[in-house]
This record gives sequence, C-alpha cells and structure tokens, in this order.
Amino acid sequence: MDGYVLLGNEAVALGALHAGVSLAYGYPGTPSTEIIEYMQQVIEPKSGVRAQWCSNEKTAYEAAVGASAMNRRVLVTMKHVGLNVAADPFMNSAIMNIKGGVVLAVADDPGMHSSQNEQDSRFYADFAKLPCFEPHNQQEAYEMTRAAFDLSERFHVPVLLRLVTRLSHSRAIVRPNPSRDANPMVKFTGKDDFITLPATSRKRYAEHLELYKRLRAYAESETVNPLKPGDTDAPFSVITSGLGHNYFEENAEDLGFSPSVLHVNFYPLPEEKIRTLAAGSKRILCIEEGYPFIERLLRGILPVSVTVSGKLDGSLPPSGELNPDIVRTALKLPEPSSKVEDGHRNLAPLPGRPPQLCKGCPHRDTFKALNTALETYENHLVTGDIGCYTLGYLPPFEAIETGLCMGASITMARGAAQAGMYPVVAVIGDSTFMHSGLTGLADAVSSSVPITILILDNSTTAMTGGQDTIFESKGIRKVVLGLGVEPEHCVEMVPLPTKHEENSDLLRREIEYKGVSVVFAFRECIQTAKRKHTKEAKA
Amino acid sequence: MKYDIILCGVGGQGVLSVAAIIARAAMMSGLEVRQSEVHGMAQRGGAVEADLRISDGPIPGDLIAKGRADMILSMEPLESLRYVDFLSEKGSVVTSDHCEINIPDYPEKQAIFSSISSFGRALTIPADALALTAGSARSANMVLVGAASFHLPIEFSTMEEAVRERFASKGELIIETNLKALSLGRNFAEAGSRRRSG
Ligand code: SF4
Repeated sequence: MDGYVLLGNEAVALGALHAGVSLAYGYPGTPSTEIIEYMQQVIEPKSGVRAQWCSNEKTAYEAAVGASAMNRRVLVTMKHVGLNVAADPFMNSAIMNIKGGVVLAVADDPGMHSSQNEQDSRFYADFAKLPCFEPHNQQEAYEMTRAAFDLSERFHVPVLLRLVTRLSHSRAIVRPNPSRDANPMVKFTGKDDFITLPATSRKRYAEHLELYKRLRAYAESETVNPLKPGDTDAPFSVITSGLGHNYFEENAEDLGFSPSVLHVNFYPLPEEKIRTLAAGSKRILCIEEGYPFIERLLRGILPVSVTVSGKLDGSLPPSGELNPDIVRTALKLPEPSSKVEDGHRNLAPLPGRPPQLCKGCPHRDTFKALNTALETYENHLVTGDIGCYTLGYLPPFEAIETGLCMGASITMARGAAQAGMYPVVAVIGDSTFMHSGLTGLADAVSSSVPITILILDNSTTAMTGGQDTIFESKGIRKVVLGLGVEPEHCVEMVPLPTKHEENSDLLRREIEYKGVSVVFAFRECIQTAKRKHTKEAKA
Repeated sequence: MKYDIILCGVGGQGVLSVAAIIARAAMMSGLEVRQSEVHGMAQRGGAVEADLRISDGPIPGDLIAKGRADMILSMEPLESLRYVDFLSEKGSVVTSDHCEINIPDYPEKQAIFSSISSFGRALTIPADALALTAGSARSANMVLVGAASFHLPIEFSTMEEAVRERFASKGELIIETNLKALSLGRNFAEAGSRRRSG
C-alpha cells in the first residue's frame, strides 16, 4: 500500500502539486493554513514551484490571476472570512477567460472553532456562478483538487474548493495517483481575456451565463454527483453534502431501511437528479454542513407536495458544526442506550477553560502598560483587531473593546475619534497591519485624527502558528513613516515586565499627542522564539 | 473491531503528539485510522480535545458519537471529566494526576479525583513522577501512552516501534527515556487492573 496519513489540508496541497501546480498563494488563517505550510515543506527548492504567503487574500488572489494569464496552474488558499477580502477580484475573475487552472481552496469554519463568524463559501461560488467542489474525506480532497484544475482549464473559469474545519484538520490515509507535469509559461492570446471594461464584460458575462448551463449539465453526471436508489417504500430520501454524508453513514445501518441518497460533491446543483430523487419520495431530508444552501434551492426546484426538511424546519440546528449525534436525532433514531454511571454528576458543572495568552507572551506586558497608561482617563476607547491579542478582550486584561475584522482597529479608531471620542487607542499586530492596516493608516493620517496606534510587532503571524510575515520586523517602520506619520511620534518600546513604568509613561505621552502616533511594541512571540531556539540547538 | 478514543488536555500539553503516536502504531498494525484535531486559537492554554478512531474496517466520520468512546485518555484530570458523556458503558478513563490550574475557578482536587474514581474503569496515573523515574519530566505523555496501550488493540511491541520512530531524530538517550516511560505506564496500568480484579 502506497499511502500517506494526511490532514485534509495536506491532501489538498498534495493534490495541487500532483496536478502540476506552479504557484500557490495565500494568507494564513485557521483552518486553511496547513495547505501552504505543507507545500512549503515538501516543495524541492530547485523545482521552480513556489508557495508563498501574501499580505492579504486579495493580493494572493490577484497574483493567482496573473499567473493564470501566463498559463500556469495556481492554487489560492484562505479561510472563509478571507474570501470577503478577496471578493472583489474573485467576482470579476469569474468572467475572465482563465488560462492556467485557478483553484481557490476556502476553508469554512462551522462551529467557529477559531473564527469570528460562520459563513458558507458555497454562496460565493453561486454568487459568481462558478463551479464548486466539496470533498467529504481526505482522499476526495486530494482527487477533487486535481479534478478542479482540469475543470478550470476545460471551462476557463476559476473553481472553488470548499473545505470545512473538520476535514481540514482531520487525518486519514490518502493514496495518491501519478503526478502530472507543470504547464509551460505561455502568455494569453485573447485580447479581452483578462480585461474588464463594460463593453468586454457585457459580452463575457453573456458567455458566462451560457457556460453556466454547461456546468449544470456536467453536474448531472453520475461520477460527479452520485444518486443511490434505496427501498421504494422508505419514508424519506436523503440529500447529503460534505461531511453530512459521513454522519449519515455513521447512523444509516440503525435505520432498518435504506433511503435513496443523493450525495452532492459538485455545484451547481444537479436539478434533474434532485427531481428523480423526489419522484419517489414525500419527504427529503437535507444534511449539509454550513448554511441551508441546498435546502433553500430545493424549494425552488421541487413541487410543494414534497416536504423538505433540514436546517430551515428545525430538523437540524441552524448553526454550529454537524456531528453524528445531531444527524442521529434528525434521522429520528433513539439515543444510544449505553450510558456511564452518574458518578461525575457529584461534581458541580465544570468550569470552562478558555484559551489565553501564553505565559510570558509579550502582549501581556503591552496590555499591562496600556491599562496603566489609560488609568488616568475616565473615559477611553481601545479598538482591537484579529490575532492572539484579541484574547486581551478577556480577563485578566480586558484591555480591548472591539474586534470587527482584519485592519478595522485603525479605521474604527478613526471613526470614533471623528465622532468625538478621546483618547482612542488602536491595537493591531504586525501581520494584520500589513494585511489591511496600511490603508486605514493612510486614512487616519489624511484626516490627522488624534489616535494612538499600537503595533504589536512580534515578528510573526502568531495566532495561526507562527508563519513568516512578509516584512522582517522593524521593516514596517519605514512604511509607517512613508505614509506620513511624524518621525517623533513613531516610537518604539520593548514590552517586558521590567520596563512597565517606562512603557506606560511612553504610551501616556503619545496618547496626549493630538495627532496620529504609532507605537511599536517589539518583542518576538515566545512560541516562535522557542522553535527557533530548538532548531538552532539541533543545528 | 473498532476502538474510539477521546484525547484531551490543555493547550500545549502535547495532546496531538500523543494522538500521533497511537495513530502511527495503529497504522503499522494495518488498521484504518481517522484522527481529528484542534488548531489555532483553541490551543492557547484552553481545553483541547482530539478524536482518534481505529478500526479494521472503513470509518465514515471523524467525530465520535455520544456514549460510544472506548477510552478517554486525558493529560489532565479536570479535562477527563469534560467528555464523560461520550464514554461507552464499558469504556475506560485513563488520566494523568497532574492538575493544570490556569483558571481561577478550578474545583477542589479531591472532588475531581473522587469523581474520576467513581467510574468502574478509571485509572489515575502519577505520570510526572513516573516520567522522572524514566529520566525526564518531559516524557509524561509517553507514560500515558503506555498506560493506554494496555487497553488498545495494538501490540505493545508495535507501540514501542512507533515511539522509536517518533524520536529517531533525537538520539538514543531520548529514545531510551521515552521507551522506559512507555513501559512504566504500561506496568502501572497492568498492576492497576490486577488490583481491581484481585
Ligand atoms: S503564540 Fe506568541 S503571540 Fe500568541 S499568545 Fe503565545 S506568545 Fe503570545
């Protein structure tokens, strides 16, 4: 047996490499991060293949379109909320005449294991009228990535590969197929292939709508979306997608009958197949991970005489991750009888154990200094951002008060200051600042608002496990000065317990300044520092 | 045959490396394996849980259903109690006795231990102490793997092989320490089972 035990994310990476990918771009975001990380580990330095982190998802996606124009196959990776950032180029690329295959792997996070919302990327594929694959195990993650590249080149459109946390972060055995060579570099030839002007876009959009019909026909093929007929007198039929299929299978043998099952691997939905399934059933139970995407579309496809059950009628919960127990309840199966003795119930309800900043994390000292600096002001606002330091919202620090999305600490601070609030401090990490803090800083400087921006520079993207930032530490200082921050109000501190007084004084001074000031708190993340240390010790 | 394990502990304790070693040994025994893990924010000192499923046939899903786990293997006693609803009637609890007190409302230790011992098949192991005996405090997790191995459908020699492989790059001394920790855990579990049946 020739196989590897891989995370779902690693299976995608291997699939892309075996599909002859030349480039991969992404921005780290749990649960998508390991795709690029795995590629970086296994790519031979001399191969010419590259996997790189970008400043954000939009730049990553745009780079991919550029590579495709040169006939290269390219993978783009991000988490679901990252696609909001890349939505602009994503929507427009749908009507371009993609040359080298473009596959966009997006990892959704139902259950919000480490995200600020749940959202379902299948809606984006539908919104852009683009094809979407949804694997339900690691082997499929590998195979569908390859199929997605082929399809992208065949239909000249980007293809979305929708993953979810539980697939991205689970391991199973993957058996690979022989790999394919990379495409040669060849410049695109169609004059309006990669341009969007109203005149060209109108023409291409009309073509895109025609193409969508062909995609729908493709979705009807048995290999793509398999329909398995069951007992003719079964009380209901089932439509599954993604991991919903696994939890259904886990319980199916207890049903005592076999329902007809349509498993959706590929979107747009196979409407003909759905009608065939519905012809023999009064009720269809829809088991899908994420939003009720299929379920809602079903209501437009099926006659009203067919009952559709799923998240909308409460058969399945409207939010959170699916699991075998939830699906068991939806199938109206009794709870499993085996139960442990009630010994543990003597104990009061167990206290939660929320995540917290590591012991010795530099952010701890920064938050302490900030809290001390702000003590003298009765009223103040500290806007926060996305990163480990978001944990500064929780006790014991309770130092930040907001968290909207990447980069919003600075822009929200600007708005609050112009609304009349003073003092306002924006807290943002170095990687997040490069992601989407720069444009906010330009806004703030242009309107010279009295805000203090605290850049927590720990030289890494810590929350996702310590990926390299695109600039070395301190490199950002030049950018900040370049955007017009006064040099005397672009200052540095080192967050250490011994420097508490010094740092809180410095922060108070900058808060007193009635313009845009930027304070860098420089100290490496202790996790990255530790890893470097072990590596050096080994070398 | 199927064997479902819930592994738990606190972020940073090495839950995933324990999962990886058992998963590797299961694979070396020719079994199917599915292992689901936690990444990202959840790891920072918070409660961490991973599902490990072993079977001689296909395994459809990554998650263990309530009342179906054959074992809760925990690096931390309080955490072992968090998942008891998942334990099957005949399931075992194997936990380290080391309390990781990083929250203000950590319950009385005695209450936790008596709650754990109320399960018929529970084993609380002085993993840190046994690890020190083996030669390094850092091999406490191997003590737990050793104790768990007593129940697992995997040959002990295969477990040893997986441990050897895992630490192959770290030198003979570290391999030996971890193998010793593994056996100490195993012996402790065997003695525990004799105590109960005797
Ligand atoms: S990973 Fe680094 S930045 Fe994040 S909490 Fe730990 S020390 Fe701080």
